Amino acid sequence: MTEREIKKTVKKLSPIDVYMLLPRTNCKECGEVNCMSFAAKLVNREVSLEECPPILKKEHENAYRKLQEILSPVIKEITIGTEEHAVKIGGKLVLYRHEFTYHNPVALAFDVTDEMPLHPRFSEEEAIVDRVKKVENFVYNYIGRDLKLDMIAVRSTSNDPATFKSAVENVAKVTSLPLILCALDPNVMEAGLIAVQDRRPLIYAATKDNWSNMAELALMYDCPLTIFAPNDLDLLRSLSKTMIEYGVEDLVLDPGTFPDEGLSDTVNNFTMVRRNACKGGDDLLGFPLIGAPITVWFGKEDSKEMLAWEEAFLASILTSRYADVLIMHSLDGWVQLPTTIWKFNIYTDPRKPVAVEPELKTFGKPDEMSPVMLTTNYALTYFTVESDLKKFGGNYYLIVADTEGISVESAVAGRYLTAESIAEAVKKSGIAEKTKHKYLIIPGMAARLSGETEDELKSVGLPGWRVIVGSRDSSGIAKLLDEKWPPKEEEEE
Amino acid sequence: MGEEEKEKKADTGLAGLLEVLGLDGEKEVELEDVELSANELILLPSFLASAALKTVAPPVPRAPPKVKPSTILEASFTPFLQEYPGQIREVKLGATKSEGGSRGKTITIGGATTPAFYLFENTPRHPPVIAVDTFDMKVPLPKAIRTQVEEVWEDTAAWAKMAVEKWEVDMLTVHLLSTDPLIEDKPPAEAAKTVEEVLQAVDVPLIIGGCGDPKKDAEVFTKVAEVAEGEKVLLSSLTLDMDEAGVLEGVAKAAGKHGQLVLGFTALDLNRAKELNRKLYEYVPEGNIIMDLTTAALGYGLEYSFTIHERARMSALMGDKELQHPVLAGTTNAWAAREAWMKLGPDWEPRSLRGPLWETLTALTLLLAGVDLFMMMHPDAIRNTKKTIHRLMTRGNAKPDKIANWVMQGYRRI
Repeated sequence: MTEREIKKTVKKLSPIDVYMLLPRTNCKECGEVNCMSFAAKLVNREVSLEECPPILKKEHENAYRKLQEILSPVIKEITIGTEEHAVKIGGKLVLYRHEFTYHNPVALAFDVTDEMPLHPRFSEEEAIVDRVKKVENFVYNYIGRDLKLDMIAVRSTSNDPATFKSAVENVAKVTSLPLILCALDPNVMEAGLIAVQDRRPLIYAATKDNWSNMAELALMYDCPLTIFAPNDLDLLRSLSKTMIEYGVEDLVLDPGTFPDEGLSDTVNNFTMVRRNACKGGDDLLGFPLIGAPITVWFGKEDSKEMLAWEEAFLASILTSRYADVLIMHSLDGWVQLPTTIWKFNIYTDPRKPVAVEPELKTFGKPDEMSPVMLTTNYALTYFTVESDLKKFGGNYYLIVADTEGISVESAVAGRYLTAESIAEAVKKSGIAEKTKHKYLIIPGMAARLSGETEDELKSVGLPGWRVIVGSRDSSGIAKLLDEKWPPKEEEEE
Repeated sequence: MGEEEKEKKADTGLAGLLEVLGLDGEKEVELEDVELSANELILLPSFLASAALKTVAPPVPRAPPKVKPSTILEASFTPFLQEYPGQIREVKLGATKSEGGSRGKTITIGGATTPAFYLFENTPRHPPVIAVDTFDMKVPLPKAIRTQVEEVWEDTAAWAKMAVEKWEVDMLTVHLLSTDPLIEDKPPAEAAKTVEEVLQAVDVPLIIGGCGDPKKDAEVFTKVAEVAEGEKVLLSSLTLDMDEAGVLEGVAKAAGKHGQLVLGFTALDLNRAKELNRKLYEYVPEGNIIMDLTTAALGYGLEYSFTIHERARMSALMGDKELQHPVLAGTTNAWAAREAWMKLGPDWEPRSLRGPLWETLTALTLLLAGVDLFMMMHPDAIRNTKKTIHRLMTRGNAKPDKIANWVMQGYRRI
């Protein structure tokens, strides 16, 4: 029986199994109340084993090794880059997201070539420094978090060692982002590696033709190594075995990303490789997968927009189907926006509830004249509104109505948000005792409930309350308040 | 290398010999001139190894020292295959003249025996299908869509005709939004008339959407079921709210009696989906039921939808009969995400691409999770999703030569 076979899958691993190997002294050095509670958190991957100081002592050496083994992920975690500039890939525990949270979001790498100029010589020309800066400067604020891009892939299109070396040097000078060096000629690869000896780049790639030289380079420069075996899983697995035997332990697998008609093979290969590792206990395939949506750009006559579309499809599909790194070309905002958002979404904890607590929330320091707004308790709706209100600054009350975790539009259509339920939520919030005014701002998507809601408010004992229809999207709240707050009637009274 | 390991190594004759020669794995690399070809490098120690083994090596049951391979070590790949005791039911949408309806053709969905597009396990029975959304009144639509339908959006039949002919879709949804008591409150008879008009204008299978009010929808669907007798239209949707309002039995019975299909809608909750199906089984044949497990937009909860669909499909394949129904995704919901339509500044333009891409990616994600039937809106999103479905249906078209050297490919001046 191999070690992998006896390793329990995440679901089967119980806190008791882990607890039995811990020191069981309940010393609290880890910050938990006792060893059992630490064990439970270990199983949930909420803490790391090294947070238990006693387990690192000599007398627990064997237990420590065993724990490392039973807690180690089926997909090896590989580090590209060094220290604070490193990116970790792989480390996956499961095949399906509903089994356990996916770890280490797919790293997004963008290419420059060694034949690109440093700066553009004519408008629209792609140049090394410009592209690197674009990658570094990309940011999108999504429900209060900054989404960013991760890496630079330097490709040798010249296939000339000196040219590649100089390009890699130039990239390294302008960015501290982790790097992927792409060249299939070992001499060219080595020239690049020499330029960034202290950066631990990912080598792309070992093939059936250059594998032994690439393996030597990976050992010599202590870098993770990609195995590229397009549409040949026998070769992929054989090369993996060969590399491990050779002493190269940090591997990344590329079964090939085929655009267009090859999509089905691409998806099936990625799926088969990951499934063999997760469900079949196949150690040789227990490594991160790299996808190359960038392949859509070569050998076709389509327009730039069309190719960027295709690249976005591939990136999204491979993000869902197990890629741990993606090499892409398009830096267009409209391509990277859905790519980075889906990356963020699919790596969230699936146990995180869809709904937030229905209650009265406050922003800033609201007083008796601050606006009162209402939204639903769907997590994404709430976080969107929350992030907008924080962005605007100012003082507000926000009543979060219980719609069983459904967004405004669907809740109105499906009667989860009705005049009755709004009135009920307003009453329950106790807002009437906190404000002098009697105005409720409801979402624009719930506009058609406004008349009825005023009647319902009256019937639950809140006479005189008026409804203001807000914007259809919470990004419009600032403008709405500028125009409508404080309400005119209030001033006239 | 730990102390213990070093000791082990010194024990074995071979390792000791190699160490003395400066040829153990790690040192060798530092010593050798990288100009040498790798084969020469590796042959040396492996030759020595075999010589050493013959003379000195005792048969110690310890891990052998690493000898660098000189050829690729064969390790063939066998896909891990799973047995799935369950299968998704097949559902036939629409009925031709000979089957008692008036559609030009019927469409069958479902029948899955593996997770979506696991072609290495089995070929999908039926490709997923797209139905285009139309409405029986002017509705607020994002600009990218509005410009496509403006000319026809006050005439439901004309809208339907344009969608089917111009966009080449396989199915059509008519949302009877005007029946909403809070909008126009159109009576069921009038809604049924709209359905009859559309049935005459186009010959594709239809989905009939309600307004969301459980009582009103039940009345409207009951009437539609009657006038569309035998057409096998899909009523979208029947809900547990209808049950709470006491109207589910009536509308489900009408659907069963007139041979219509029903869509059971629940909000991201498989237990409720099963509960609803159990109620529907009393009145509607099992092969006439499709599930809507809720579709959230990319950036607006798509991950919840993705995971609930993966879970549902896996449970169904593993034998949960109450989940063995094809699933529908209201992908037009993608436009609820502000990133699909909002002005975000010049860095994120053009919106004319961003919006349709948003809808497409929402569809593709759920496609991979097992969705059989999509409700969609933008013609570019429909076209691209269709193209992707087509590509995912057959294997063996990869051209390794084309990408073998992608690393060196330059860009065409565009």
